[in-house]
Amino acid sequence: MPEITRDEVAHLADLARIDLSDAELDHLAPQLQVILESVASIQGLAGDDVPATSHPLPMTNVFREDVVTPSLTPEQALSGAPSVEEQRFAVPRILGDEQ
Amino acid sequence: MSDLILKSAAELADSLAAGETTSVELTQVHLDRIAAVDGDVHAFLHIDAEGALSQAAASDARRANGDALHALDGVPIAVKDVLTTIGLPTTCGSKMLEGWVPPYDATVVKKIKDAGLPILGKTNMDEFAMGSSTEHSAYGPTRNPWKLDRIPGGSGGGSAAAVAAYEAPLALGTDTGGSIRQPGAVTGTVGVKPTYGSVSRYGLVALANSLDQVGPVTRTVLDSALLHELIGGHDPLDSTSTTTPVTGLVDAARAGATGDLKGLKVGVIKELAGEGWAPDVMRKFNESVDLLTKLGADVVEVSTPSFEHAMAAYYLILPAECSSNLAKFDAMRYGLRVTPDGSPSAEDVMKASRDAGFGDEVKRRIILGTYALSSGYYDAYYGQAQKIRTLIIEDFKEAFEQVDVLVSPTSPSTAFPLGAKLDDPLAMYMQDLATIPANLAGTPGISIPAGVSDVDGLPVGVQLLAPVLEDARLYRVGAALEGAIGPVLSIDKLEVAR
Amino acid sequence: MTETLVPFDEVLEKYDPAMGLEVHVELNTNTKMFCGCPATFGGEPNSQVCPTCLGLPGSMPVVNAKAVESAIRIGLALNGKIAEWCRFARKNYFYPDMPKNFQTSQYDEPIVYDGYLDVEVEGETYRVEIERAHMEEDTGKTTHIGGATGRIHGADYSLVDYNRAGIPLIEIVTRPILGAGAKAPQVAKAYVAALREILLGLGVSDVRMDQGSMRCDVNLSLAPKGSGTLGTRTETKNVNSLRSVERAVRFEMSRHAGILDAGEAIFQETRHFHEDTGTTSAGRAKSDADDYRYFPEPDLVPVAPSREWVEELRASLPERTADKRARLQVEWGYSELEMRDVWAAGALSLIEATVAEGASAQTARKWWMAELSRSANDRGVELAELGVTPVQVAEVQKLVDAKTLTDKLARQVFEGLLAGEGTVSEIIDARGLAVVSDDGALGAAVDEAIASQPAVAEKIRGGNQAAAGALIGAVMKATGGKADAKRVRELILEKLA
Ligand SMILES: [Mg+2]
Ligand SMILES: [Zn+2]
Repeated sequence: MPEITRDEVAHLADLARIDLSDAELDHLAPQLQVILESVASIQGLAGDDVPATSHPLPMTNVFREDVVTPSLTPEQALSGAPSVEEQRFAVPRILGDEQ
Repeated sequence: MSDLILKSAAELADSLAAGETTSVELTQVHLDRIAAVDGDVHAFLHIDAEGALSQAAASDARRANGDALHALDGVPIAVKDVLTTIGLPTTCGSKMLEGWVPPYDATVVKKIKDAGLPILGKTNMDEFAMGSSTEHSAYGPTRNPWKLDRIPGGSGGGSAAAVAAYEAPLALGTDTGGSIRQPGAVTGTVGVKPTYGSVSRYGLVALANSLDQVGPVTRTVLDSALLHELIGGHDPLDSTSTTTPVTGLVDAARAGATGDLKGLKVGVIKELAGEGWAPDVMRKFNESVDLLTKLGADVVEVSTPSFEHAMAAYYLILPAECSSNLAKFDAMRYGLRVTPDGSPSAEDVMKASRDAGFGDEVKRRIILGTYALSSGYYDAYYGQAQKIRTLIIEDFKEAFEQVDVLVSPTSPSTAFPLGAKLDDPLAMYMQDLATIPANLAGTPGISIPAGVSDVDGLPVGVQLLAPVLEDARLYRVGAALEGAIGPVLSIDKLEVAR
Repeated sequence: MTETLVPFDEVLEKYDPAMGLEVHVELNTNTKMFCGCPATFGGEPNSQVCPTCLGLPGSMPVVNAKAVESAIRIGLALNGKIAEWCRFARKNYFYPDMPKNFQTSQYDEPIVYDGYLDVEVEGETYRVEIERAHMEEDTGKTTHIGGATGRIHGADYSLVDYNRAGIPLIEIVTRPILGAGAKAPQVAKAYVAALREILLGLGVSDVRMDQGSMRCDVNLSLAPKGSGTLGTRTETKNVNSLRSVERAVRFEMSRHAGILDAGEAIFQETRHFHEDTGTTSAGRAKSDADDYRYFPEPDLVPVAPSREWVEELRASLPERTADKRARLQVEWGYSELEMRDVWAAGALSLIEATVAEGASAQTARKWWMAELSRSANDRGVELAELGVTPVQVAEVQKLVDAKTLTDKLARQVFEGLLAGEGTVSEIIDARGLAVVSDDGALGAAVDEAIASQPAVAEKIRGGNQAAAGALIGAVMKATGGKADAKRVRELILEKLA
């Protein structure tokens, strides 16, 4: 049976950028464990001979011509922004490097 | 209350065409109805009286001018708050998007605007469409108009309740695992999940992209056909959009209404009945099956063994896709920004905002999806789920070699009391047992009212499923069955004021 | 951590270097990878964005056909195989310059795989194997505000412009390049130079390293000499000139050797390259936060280029670089050595374009390889990034041919061009560089020279034509060097005949 520990939930929350409180972690970990147990039944059910389906309808090659279409105005683009400066989105200081 | 609100959309369209009423009048009577009952029902998150009335006036002007009109021009509609609307808030039932006003329209919204349907407002839903009860809305639950202490289903409980409470003749919903059909079943309304890709998803705030589909929510099968034809068809802005024209649905509904199903083969899905299904639901369901036989259909039992694993596959694929989709809500470009004390970094702000902006169910699914996609678990979970999906598609294929349509109850029980399953996610997930396989396989499905339970007097839904792109079959069979069952919903049966 | 640098030559006594180069190329399509916004530079901030490239809720991507075509053409030009079926995937990580917090990229199913590029260093050919080339999208541009340096570290906050977000990128990834030994830095540079040449020839990108339309990440590791193993690598990001590619490899080799010599282990991390010092500094450590949770992009359908399309594109490819080089050498009458120098300087396309504008192959080579190469070296930039165009070189040479400019004056025109003083004709006007060709004005100067040096004039009259040099010098001086010396000589001899 798969095991999802509190520490693992904390790590996943970190990966998903959610600042879970201790109380939330306590609450969530056992719930996730129950869900995980219920979905674990499918492990090993389909072998290598079964292809994976990522998309229900088999389609390929859907392209767009390289023709410019109207963009939003900067006002529209920035209309929902929590903070704007010099027509740019103002964001708090960034700690990590670009990838 | 004006009797106009009791009419179907098709009837309203006829009244408009006959000059017996105006769009402004229709829109106003529905706005009045909303004002009278939505305090109890809470189907709407935003009401746009001004916008709807001006669209209605424009419709009346077109009609007076003798301009070419769409059949539904002037008939008002409600839109699930997961579809983007220029100038109207789109919150997806989340604190995260409180006050967000999109600068663009979803393709389906553009289509209904172009066709002249006044938009009454945006309807309530489980946050980001995650749930089966609309209790996960950050703005409070919607109540079932049949019985106000019951859930209206979810995630599209707002759209279903609005239509059931006669607040709107038509609504748009979205269905990822049953979010149109299950609310339809528990509110006594008609809900359709079209073939995957046959209605544009552009502007639908994605829950699980490979499962999501926009569809109609109405009180009659014919109304669904009218709305479905209007919103369907290819959209170059949606790469997964099918190119087959979406036509013939209204004709199919009209043909079905004659009540003749001779030569039709119907398969009862063995795996979607029996244990886990409430006896009162099964009794109603069996009555529907008998009616199908009476209408001339040839009913057989078919087996789809992989459906047993549909739920598990679904609860891996959906969280995986949604964990990625919801990453964009990070407080940088739009939506809620929570700034912790001190001099927080962008990362701190993202984490605090996502903690404050998302509800429990959303967090649960994001964490689950993050887990399912992590390196080391991908093959065992996400990869495996996608294989199960293949098996389910094969099951459908085999079944449709034997029969023309499949039939099952839509939902395992009638509407349960608010709060009953909130702390038991798995029990909540079970609501979608019968609806999920269609989303995994991309096949179309409809839920129509089968009658009311002999236990609690609440509506029961029957689900019909057809092969991919054979949506018309649902309308033919649905309309025939609807006629045989007779009216289920009536304003007198509701707990909200007449 | 030891930061002793081992002298380059000593590194090779004990270690074998292995390199991996990842090059990101921005395509010059009209529109972005997944939406119809313009993919051009220089727009006002956030004026070239739409719901899709801004990652607004509900938006969806649609693949740019031209970008796929460019990817295939690049793949073919790099001798690669074109996938019969491939997909886009989501690379999930949070970063404010990325609107969706995932990059739509290709993961285990790239459109191009198994290619190679032969590069030449000092007459020796190295085959660089290309593992893959895949399609993806660029990120937005971040400006860091506050703090001492204007860099990300220490900034108070940042401003983001998403105009660049969604511009199509092709990422070209080599297999480990082994066996280059002491020439590793040069091989790295030659590879990037050759790649740039090919991309220029295909016309799929501006390939301006200085402007970021071509960006190079350098992976490097050392293994004990002769061990045949691969050591732990570091990845130096955004090395943005050919010269820097060479320097980055060289520096990392010395740095790794210092650490290994001290018996310490290399730490797998990204490194920043510093153009000013030619050194690298520690960046982000590789960690389990690098779990990108890739999965197939559910909003896009697979790309399955038909074989007919691929063959059509193959047939339309420009001449292979090696063939072209051989052909041009013959056409231009260059020696083997001359051609090698031209190639190494990255001047082939520049000379080709200059010749196409009407200059002779010899004069084009003269300007690019002597005059302009020196300026480029002085400035530490690539020839192509110097800011002088083939059109301008041809224009200057045309004036020299017409005797409006002398070679000496032409050099001054180039000076003016490099200093950004305007167009060729503006510089000539402003600096007063046109040759004095008016016989009247020249005649007066000649008369003056004859009058001031009667003894010399007498010698010439007596048939000593060689003595004319002294008078020519005087005339040139009097005209500020703007006279055509040949014409001056003719006038002197006429007058003293
Ligand atoms: Mg990349
Ligand atoms: Zn765009």
